[in-house]
Amino acid sequence: MSQSDLDVRYVANLARIELTDEEVSRFQNQLSNVLAYVEQLKSIDVSGVDAAAHAHPVFNVFREDEPRPSLEKSAALKNAPHAANGLIMVTKVVE
Amino acid sequence: MEIFELSVSQLLAAYRDGSLSPVDAIDALESRIQSVDPAVQAYLSRDFSAARAAAASADISLPLGGVPVGIKDVINVLGEQCTAGSKILESYRAPYDATVITKLRAAGAIPFGRLNMDEFAMGSSTENSAYQATRNPWDLSRIPGGSSGGSAAAVAAQEAFATLGSDTGGSIRQPAALCGCVGLKPSYGRVSRYGLVAYASSLDQIGPFTKTTRDAALLLNAIVGKDDRDSTSLDLPMDDATSLLGRDLTGLKLGIPKEYFVDGMDSQVRAAVEAAIRQCESLGAELVEISLPHTECAVGVYYIVATAEASANLARFDGVRYGHRAADPKNLLDHYKRSRHEGFGSEVKRRIILGTYVLSSGYYDAYYLHAQKVRTLMRKDFTDAFEKVDAIICPTSPDLAFRLGERTDDPLKMYLADIFTIAANLAGICGISVPCGFGSADDAARLPIGLQFLGKSFDEPRLLQIAHAYEQSTPWHKEFPTMAVGAA
Repeated sequence: MSQSDLDVRYVANLARIELTDEEVSRFQNQLSNVLAYVEQLKSIDVSGVDAAAHAHPVFNVFREDEPRPSLEKSAALKNAPHAANGLIMVTKVVE
Repeated sequence: MEIFELSVSQLLAAYRDGSLSPVDAIDALESRIQSVDPAVQAYLSRDFSAARAAAASADISLPLGGVPVGIKDVINVLGEQCTAGSKILESYRAPYDATVITKLRAAGAIPFGRLNMDEFAMGSSTENSAYQATRNPWDLSRIPGGSSGGSAAAVAAQEAFATLGSDTGGSIRQPAALCGCVGLKPSYGRVSRYGLVAYASSLDQIGPFTKTTRDAALLLNAIVGKDDRDSTSLDLPMDDATSLLGRDLTGLKLGIPKEYFVDGMDSQVRAAVEAAIRQCESLGAELVEISLPHTECAVGVYYIVATAEASANLARFDGVRYGHRAADPKNLLDHYKRSRHEGFGSEVKRRIILGTYVLSSGYYDAYYLHAQKVRTLMRKDFTDAFEKVDAIICPTSPDLAFRLGERTDDPLKMYLADIFTIAANLAGICGISVPCGFGSADDAARLPIGLQFLGKSFDEPRLLQIAHAYEQSTPWHKEFPTMAVGAA
């Protein structure tokens, strides 16, 4: 996997972040250095090793499915950048 | 002794013998903050009148009754700002208390003030804050470390009695080392993350900054425990974290990892840590050389795992339910892309892009899955080591505090500042940094050096016993920077 595979503009679009041309070229250089550094991990033999997603794996953490008090509607709307009629206003999704 | 110089334990004792009231403590903090914070710039906001009202009705019979605790601006406190150091959350007000805040209040403490940090806890110098650059109280031209730089600098400058921070790759221990205070990262699962703005969920833990190890134990006692609202918090009751304080190190084995004493470390850090190791031996500890063979993988694994998790966690900042929304979006894609472009700073964008890349189709196995497997090997390094030793002793940071601006153009160099702290997060174990001496650099005569102890998972009382024994046998924790009062 060569470092030149990283196309910053393409990945930024996947991540839904607009970048300036200056940011694209700066990040391309900086992240290529970081990826070159992490290449050293490739030399570690991991055959037969399980992946660790968590430090202390716990599974199936459930609680009783009972209603309990939660955020009031007015509190939930307070931080919305655009709210009206008790609803969050969003940018049009369907043309 | 001035009130602002007291430790939490001393403050509590003064409340209980009637010589001080919680309102006196708030008054003392107000005058101290007004004199030193214009120079240190640790606080992003604070509300003295609200704190005074809480102090007036504080129940001093509680374990932390009437103790003000500063909060890193990444932990939700009802009604207060919680910017995570980012412009994207500039107008956000927390609609609820994080579980640690609920617990602090139940213990009688007063959450007070919002402390500066690297944006979304991404950084090692607090220079990535969108708001201000916090200074190291020992030399105002230098960084306090990060990401919890405000939390560390406030304790070191004695403009807070204690604070909370968060540690994903060293963000409590490294600034504690660079500012010369105590910083404790609990074991993963010990403290609920509910209400902590998530960076890398499998690594993040909340923990205290204090002037002494005893104070760290008092704060830890207050914030631990299983929480229904964080499925990764574990139901493992902890003994009173102060219960072993005062015992010496007789019969305990301390591991010295040879991989942590490598070329490139500041020679003054090495000398101070080696002296600290001899000190622990004189206190009765048996020293054992150990190996953590995958140490050199830590930074690489971290910057894959942490950025991958961050890219998913920070997807929630979409300008819909809260946070910054770009003006007049042309369509939904434009709405997302410009809101995030305008709201996030450089380091956050960089890490989201790296994390998106290592998770993307065709690269997932080579980067993310591979890194998770190396993470398993790193955890095993520690499991093996802790069969031979009770705790590990090593430096916290390879360097003294560096100058503002010195590393901002070189992210990789900045990342390497965390080389000794990251492994503990990947393995989920607990760790603490305590002051162990001073070094000098250029015209800075006294820059603190941190000693790190790493303990087994869920063995915090033992970790604190060891750190306390070392601390109490040395003078370092009694030293504070001479702040030019009134300097701005």
